[in-house]
Amino acid sequence: MAVHVQEYLRLDKMPHIWCPGCGTGIVDGALVRAIGNLGYNRDNVMVITGIGCSARSNAILDFNTFQTTHGRALSFATGFKLARPEMKVIVITGDGDGSGIGGNHLIHTARRNIDITTILINNSIYGMTGGQYSPLTPTGSFATTAPYGTVEDTFDVCKLVEAAGATYVARSTAYHVTLLEQLITSALEHKGFSFVEAITQCPIGYGRRNKMKTPTEMLKWQKDHAVNIKAASRLSEEQLEGKFLIGEFVVKNKAEYTEKYNKLKEEAKKEGDFNGKI
Amino acid sequence: MGKKQVKLMQGNEACAEAAIVAGARFFAGYPITPATEIAETLAKLLPQNGGTFIQMEDEIASMAAVIGASIGGVKSMTATSGPGFTLKQENLGYAAMIEIPCVIVNVQRGGPSTGLPTLPAQMDVMQARWGTHGDHPIVVLSPSTVYEFYILTIKAFNFAEMLRTPVIILSDAIVGHLREKVVLPDPSEIEIVNRKKTDVSPEKFLPFKADEDGVPPFANYGEGYRYHMTSNNHDESGAPATNNHKVADALLRRLHNKVEKRRSEIIITDEIMMDDAEVAVFAYGCTARSAFSAVEITREQGIKLGLIKTQTLWPFPYEAIKKYANQVKAIIVPEMNMGQLVGEVERVACKDTKVTPLNKFDGRMITPEEIISTVKEVI
Repeated sequence: MAVHVQEYLRLDKMPHIWCPGCGTGIVDGALVRAIGNLGYNRDNVMVITGIGCSARSNAILDFNTFQTTHGRALSFATGFKLARPEMKVIVITGDGDGSGIGGNHLIHTARRNIDITTILINNSIYGMTGGQYSPLTPTGSFATTAPYGTVEDTFDVCKLVEAAGATYVARSTAYHVTLLEQLITSALEHKGFSFVEAITQCPIGYGRRNKMKTPTEMLKWQKDHAVNIKAASRLSEEQLEGKFLIGEFVVKNKAEYTEKYNKLKEEAKKEGDFNGKI
Repeated sequence: MGKKQVKLMQGNEACAEAAIVAGARFFAGYPITPATEIAETLAKLLPQNGGTFIQMEDEIASMAAVIGASIGGVKSMTATSGPGFTLKQENLGYAAMIEIPCVIVNVQRGGPSTGLPTLPAQMDVMQARWGTHGDHPIVVLSPSTVYEFYILTIKAFNFAEMLRTPVIILSDAIVGHLREKVVLPDPSEIEIVNRKKTDVSPEKFLPFKADEDGVPPFANYGEGYRYHMTSNNHDESGAPATNNHKVADALLRRLHNKVEKRRSEIIITDEIMMDDAEVAVFAYGCTARSAFSAVEITREQGIKLGLIKTQTLWPFPYEAIKKYANQVKAIIVPEMNMGQLVGEVERVACKDTKVTPLNKFDGRMITPEEIISTVKEVI
């Protein structure tokens, strides 16, 4: 059944603040369609954000929402989820918010395998502040704080959260929006810490300084550089040079944090006084 | 008559047990001397009482998780010391701005920086007031005994819930680590305040529309109230209003006024032997213990010394100072810092009397003798 995205938006809070050609709305649209198709009761859905372009998503999404401080959304979400384990908790973050200032929280939230779905919108730049390089800005790219090109290496944020213990890890792009919606759907249905990286375009903050002046050129770049993990095994190292993988990277079953803690609570109540046993 | 409990307790343990009595069911923290016993005690007590304890990856995340849990409707707290308190400032301001109740305990140690990790100080008085950026309101309480630490922890939760604002308890390594006999009230006789809830339907609910007391009623998420909160300047609906001067002005005034309106409920002062006092000591925290002894000793010597003791540092109890400024020859302000709260005393009393600071910041307590010799200098 088709989901009418508008029904999930706070239309009275429009217009949104994003630039023309921004990819954030494409990701938010995929999220809304995933939730709609899953038939979740929206009163039971909490969407938490931090700071940046990605973070402005939840002001216009008609769920339970709050925006937090820069990089800290996952820590707020951890507290909220522990207080309200029955609610579906989603965090929308960005490359700067999630992998830079909030990098430590990303690692440890993944490690705990707490049931939070995280969508990291990677537009390769700090867009809200006008185009400074982030930890995920491709090496050599130009940014307002990299007028001669960045000399820093990036890292693979999907591999990072996998190593940290995330039990669902996937990546897609704004161009591959059907796949993105499928991955978000699986992430939402996964019990434990689930993570989806969505590579998007920022034509204003990134593209126009890096020989991709239009959103179309940036979407074409995504199309040309993404390789589905299912196809990757058939390709040589040379063919994969300069490309990035999309698809499902990790799907694991592992005990979830709030469930484990609830069991601990039951034990603690039975014993009355632990006498330092913990 | 309820059943009073007589116990030998450590200050930090008293704080942890009081939190349970106050209804706290969430603690997030990070290990730090000399506050760790609060976390250790609650790691044991919280799950026994159906609550949650979590040790986060850092101090910043702890503060965030505490606010997140309180947004979820659960009374929440954290405990730390100076270096950790600095890291908590970012999200403390967030809690003030989006009006989420929570309690932050700072068991003070000597600074600056990592300073004197195991030794007491009162160096975070101004950090507690102004540490987070922006001109935020704050309530700060400071105990001088284990019993007061217990009672103030309960009051801290009550004030936080009543005002929808973060409340800080500034303890110190003396009161935190001290073990003394306490006679605790029967828990059933302790007043517990819970945040007021909205009676408006979800369609009409505005999350930041305050009642006459300046405090907006709370709605639990998950019960049909799908509202938005942001620490950006926001209107009554919770929507960002980052270019609206009128909204910005009204919001900041309301945040301050809701605290100021309740000064008389929040400010806890004791006036000891002040009726005929010719000299006053103004003291708080562990230093108030020495000040009390100084009054006892000097009175035996025929010196009319009195004590104005405060358990509330912010809002500052200007009224109590003003009341005696004309009566006494001097107000002595002993503090384990280089002079912080003394500035507030001067602000209200400098025209009427002499204000004399007495400062020590080497990790040792100010002794009664040191206070007495200062008294003898000013009379």
